[in-house]
Amino acid sequence: MGNLGQPGNGDSPAVSVHGLRKRYGDVEALSGLDLTVAPGTVHGLLGPNGAGKSTVVRILSTLTRATAGRATVAGHDVAARPDAVREAIGLAGQHAAVDEKLTGRENLRIFGRLARLGRRGARHRADDLLERFELTEAADRLVGTYSGGMRRRIDLIASLLRAPAVLFLDEPTTGLDPRSRLDIWAIVRELVAEGTTVLLTTQYLDEADQLASAVAVVDRGRVIAEGSPAELKARIGSHVDVEVGGEADLAGAVAVLERLTGGRPAVEDLRIVTGVPGRAPSVPRLVRELDAAGVAVQDVGVRRPSLDDVFLTLTGRTTGTGGADGGATGMRRHDRAKEGATA
Amino acid sequence: MIVLADGLTLVERKLLHLRHQPGTLVAMLVMPAVMVVLFGFVFGSAIKVPGGGNYREYLMPGLFVMTGVFALSSAMVDVATDQGRGVTDRLRSMPTARAAVPVGQTGADTVTGLFGLLILMASGLAFGWRAHHGLGHALGAIGVLLLFRYTMSWVGTYLGLIMPSAQTADALAPLTLPLSMLSNAFVPTDGMPGWLRVVCEGNPLSAAVAACRSLFGNPGAAAAGGSWPLTHPLAATLLWSAFLLAVFVPLSVRRFTRAGL
Ligand SMILES: Nc1ncnc2c1ncn2[C@@H]1O[C@H](COP(=O)(O)OP(=O)(O)O)[C@@H](O)[C@H]1O
Ligand SMILES: [Mg+2]
Repeated sequence: MGNLGQPGNGDSPAVSVHGLRKRYGDVEALSGLDLTVAPGTVHGLLGPNGAGKSTVVRILSTLTRATAGRATVAGHDVAARPDAVREAIGLAGQHAAVDEKLTGRENLRIFGRLARLGRRGARHRADDLLERFELTEAADRLVGTYSGGMRRRIDLIASLLRAPAVLFLDEPTTGLDPRSRLDIWAIVRELVAEGTTVLLTTQYLDEADQLASAVAVVDRGRVIAEGSPAELKARIGSHVDVEVGGEADLAGAVAVLERLTGGRPAVEDLRIVTGVPGRAPSVPRLVRELDAAGVAVQDVGVRRPSLDDVFLTLTGRTTGTGGADGGATGMRRHDRAKEGATA
Repeated sequence: MIVLADGLTLVERKLLHLRHQPGTLVAMLVMPAVMVVLFGFVFGSAIKVPGGGNYREYLMPGLFVMTGVFALSSAMVDVATDQGRGVTDRLRSMPTARAAVPVGQTGADTVTGLFGLLILMASGLAFGWRAHHGLGHALGAIGVLLLFRYTMSWVGTYLGLIMPSAQTADALAPLTLPLSMLSNAFVPTDGMPGWLRVVCEGNPLSAAVAACRSLFGNPGAAAAGGSWPLTHPLAATLLWSAFLLAVFVPLSVRRFTRAGL
């Protein structure tokens, strides 16, 4: 089936953002955000609710103008050449932006015609995309009867009508069940394999981990850390939780944990929590080694870093709360993060 | 050309809605007859048409204009719904000419409105309403009605764009009914208390109704001693439409083009 994406031209960035600011009245949604997205990659914008992710996407897709700063998409300035930008992009936002009173196929045909594909072109493109993304069966049912996952899928497909060079996905899987989330992930992977550049916002570290080759962590309108998912996770590390059978087992368990993780175990009653820089040993290995050392174990768990852990580490705050002077902390952490990435 | 093509696409979207909701289509066909019977016979038994004449002949131009006012609420709800769903943002992120969308939507509404009007006219004819001044005047009246509907559709588009949510639009939509009642559409204004009469005769709807009555040759047109809009209904309707379009077309296009700034 036809190629969906157009490869980005050469090495020039698909998206380039400098000092982007956006004010809504008293709220500063973006306060000097920088971002560079390499062509043909998935770039993740990771951040909690209200961080400014959607604002970035809205500016880049020409829905909103920035208060200050510069941004180009596919080589075109978003403020000066919005028409050229619109020719090059696809947008799938936070809701399923489709007409519920039409069928999936009708939606694609109508949007295809409004996207200047022509009547015939829109019809063929709609049929191709429906077949390719396995929505043919539901294609002639009203979108109002679709499940949440199918709605997102038809919405995503509607953003592909013009085979965009750059695709913006704003929290494409928020609120979806795990199965539907995998479906969306599969589509994104396929598109990128064909050369489409994707800027994806998400609140989930594992989503960024699964899809993105580079991640920018956004907090309060600026990027506080950047790097590959592996680099970010390595900086944050994971936690190994062990609960032993009795006081007598503590010393032996601590020794095993020190040896296996290189971290410093913290003991609290019968629980031992060990912060691990980088990769944690697997649970079976932990159980085996603790067993071999003759330690009676109640429970063993490895906690992968969540977005909350990333935040806690980078800002000293959890995602939900808004502590004082977080911005300054964020800057300092960012500097350190950069050193870490180059070291 | 682009605007025309998009307009046709949006007309098709509207027709598809109707196809999927046969109930709406049936209501669209049956409602006019119900309205004619309900208003015509119920009100008609109590209301005396000034200068004499059949009340249903008096009523029909009022109903024609009232369906035009409903275009205001339907445009408002449609636009607010699209905006709430993110459909408007999708369109604004596509290389569609941005002005084409509101222009296309209001154009689409006028086309479907014409069908509705023809159905209503057929119902009127069945219950004794006639156009007395020949085809030319009748076509003129249809033109006035479509212009009025088109104007209302633009006002509704703007209101839809500034609505905070689709729910708000839904909640406000029924207000067009009392708005239509504050006019000469159903009841002559002569007998109203002074202040109410001023309000009702100043309503652009009243001018449009009076213009239709005079073009169709229906009773109750141009009462002597009435206010200027009612003694010069055609001019008043055209001025109202020109004024409202001059205000709401640029406002809507601007709002659509630059929403969320
Ligand atoms: N249209 C708007 N008017 C006023 N404030 C807004 C508007 N859009 C976003 N904001 C504010 O800007 C900040 C960033 O919002 P947003 O970009 O939607 O964050 P995210 O997508 O990361 O959840 C929030 O504080 C939000 O309340
Ligand atoms: Mg958001």
